[in-house]
Amino acid sequence: MTTLSGAGGAVGPVDVAGRPVDRPGGPSAPLPRRRRAKFLRAVSHNRKATAGALLLAFFLVLAIFPGEIAPYNGQAEIFQPALGPSSAHWFGTTAYGQDILSQLIWGTRQSLIIAFAVGALATAVSVVVGVSAAYLRGAWDGVLSLFTDVLLVIPIFPLIIVIAAYLKNAGTVVIIIVLGALGWSYGARQLRSQVLSMRDREFLEAARVRGERRGYIIAVEILPTLTSLIVASFLGTAVYAVLTAAGLQFVGLGDPNLQSWGTMLYWAENNEALGAGMPLWALLPGVCVALLGAALALLNYAFDEVSNPALRPVRIRARKAEKLTPTPQRAVDA
Amino acid sequence: MRFVLRRLGFFVVTLWAAISLNFLLPRLMPGNPALAMMAQFRGRVNGQALKALEIAFGVNTHQSTLSAYFSYFGDVFTGHFGISLTFFPDPVSREVLQALPWTLGLVGVTTVLAFLLGTLIGLVSGWRRGGKLDSILPPVFVVTSAFPYFWVGLVAVWVFAYKLNWFPENGGYGVTDQIGLDWHFVGDVLEHSVLPAATLLVTAIGAWILTMRNTVITVLAEDYVRMARAKGLKQWTVMWGYAGRNAILPNLTGFAMSLGFVVSGAILVEYVFNYPGVGWMLLQAVENEDYGLMQALFLLITVAVLVAILFSDILTAVLDPRTRELR
Repeated sequence: MTTLSGAGGAVGPVDVAGRPVDRPGGPSAPLPRRRRAKFLRAVSHNRKATAGALLLAFFLVLAIFPGEIAPYNGQAEIFQPALGPSSAHWFGTTAYGQDILSQLIWGTRQSLIIAFAVGALATAVSVVVGVSAAYLRGAWDGVLSLFTDVLLVIPIFPLIIVIAAYLKNAGTVVIIIVLGALGWSYGARQLRSQVLSMRDREFLEAARVRGERRGYIIAVEILPTLTSLIVASFLGTAVYAVLTAAGLQFVGLGDPNLQSWGTMLYWAENNEALGAGMPLWALLPGVCVALLGAALALLNYAFDEVSNPALRPVRIRARKAEKLTPTPQRAVDA
Repeated sequence: MRFVLRRLGFFVVTLWAAISLNFLLPRLMPGNPALAMMAQFRGRVNGQALKALEIAFGVNTHQSTLSAYFSYFGDVFTGHFGISLTFFPDPVSREVLQALPWTLGLVGVTTVLAFLLGTLIGLVSGWRRGGKLDSILPPVFVVTSAFPYFWVGLVAVWVFAYKLNWFPENGGYGVTDQIGLDWHFVGDVLEHSVLPAATLLVTAIGAWILTMRNTVITVLAEDYVRMARAKGLKQWTVMWGYAGRNAILPNLTGFAMSLGFVVSGAILVEYVFNYPGVGWMLLQAVENEDYGLMQALFLLITVAVLVAILFSDILTAVLDPRTRELR
């Protein structure tokens, strides 16, 4: 899955009916346990993955210990308003006299909670729907797939706006539930087509012949082979959740008293921060949202490369190949 | 043909689902917030407009939910969405139709541009894999596509409108303009659309590049590409006629899929730039608790996206014979 998954317009390989299909080479080749160490090493050797993981770790630390890291209480309106950057206030203060740096640090937690909770919720739903659709076949498959497809093409963001408008000042939990309930369709599609493609493999046939129960087959035989797809779906949905939640709060559909990046943007926009000489107030929360989104997207991109060898950066392999046989193709590319 | 019929059927089902959703939402929400809106209309609106709103929000109706449901479908298909609170006393349908061309122009042109540019860059970087272009552009655009649309918009406003003063900071046209089809007005509209369009373009293009690049890489390994090379065809011919032509299909289908995404982004971008399109109006409606306008806009956006998807499905069927034989 590429970075844009979720948010109603997942873009990735899709078949003629607009449904995601497996990548050539398959993003989720079964991953036996002894190869897992190799897999982890591949992630740590991948520059994109390392960058993404470091960024994410940075935000995690901020989210877990904001009280220890932030210089002030982010909400306290105790300073002179609209100060520029200084050693006391690295990024200056807001029009209400709050320290911008502290607000950013305290706001991290909410974004991460939304990212992980929505990612987990939506991925769980997509696993249940996708796998059962593919495994149960027949009418169940028809109903579940239709449901998934409909949700896939209805523009989700306007729908979320409408729902949020009815719910008024949605808090974190409401946002998580709404985003999770509407963001699972792309993952479900991918999982379904992946399970469909391996439904008749021998190892599943063997399990069936052994007389294993359906639940056992799904949990023990099928799910482990879907690991990388599930991870990709989780990361993709998390990016979508971070962006969408920030967007909702930015336009004033969140709880304005929450400490979050989106709410900061909302207040900055309300006070015309850009024109009023406090550009950092409006720009930095967006930088944080973008960085968190980029961290997750980079991890996702790297996972794609790790699990799909066809997409890995070409250099190392190319050099080796050149040494062995200068194939016509290499000559062309060089 | 069967494929097209299937997609047409799906279109109808989705449309039905969207309209039903629109009908159910106000009834499912706690406390029916539309009541407050209806109270403001009391004594000021009557006749068919009031009736349409009552049906839409389940207020004052003496009919059962089921018959209200059918009446609602009637209202939707005849374009009776009641009166707008924000633009009182204009009917919702008129306001909605006024906003539509702005969004269609902005989103339409940007999406087509993003598609063309992204596909081109993706083709070239997949073709020269590991080359200069490939090692710079795809990663850069992967990162930019994780940026929030509205934030890119804010940065654009700050840099190009406040600091450099190159473009107007917001609006769809100058405040003093006469709306009409003269050169001055058209030029002004174009000038106002540069920043929002660039914002959408920067954030939307990454997906095209990535999909196209990855498909090209896969296609290049196919036998027919090797064959074309072995035949000694010109590089140019192989790249466009063999690799590009086959790799473009997933991107074409992605075109439809991305539309929902671009529309979502456009809502926020229009909000940032106060661009008088559908998204801006939707948020205006939300702010003013104008639920009738809000729901009509949601329906309009959904229909627009669905039509675009249907269109791209049919196009794919025309271009790719495999889909015609499918199922």
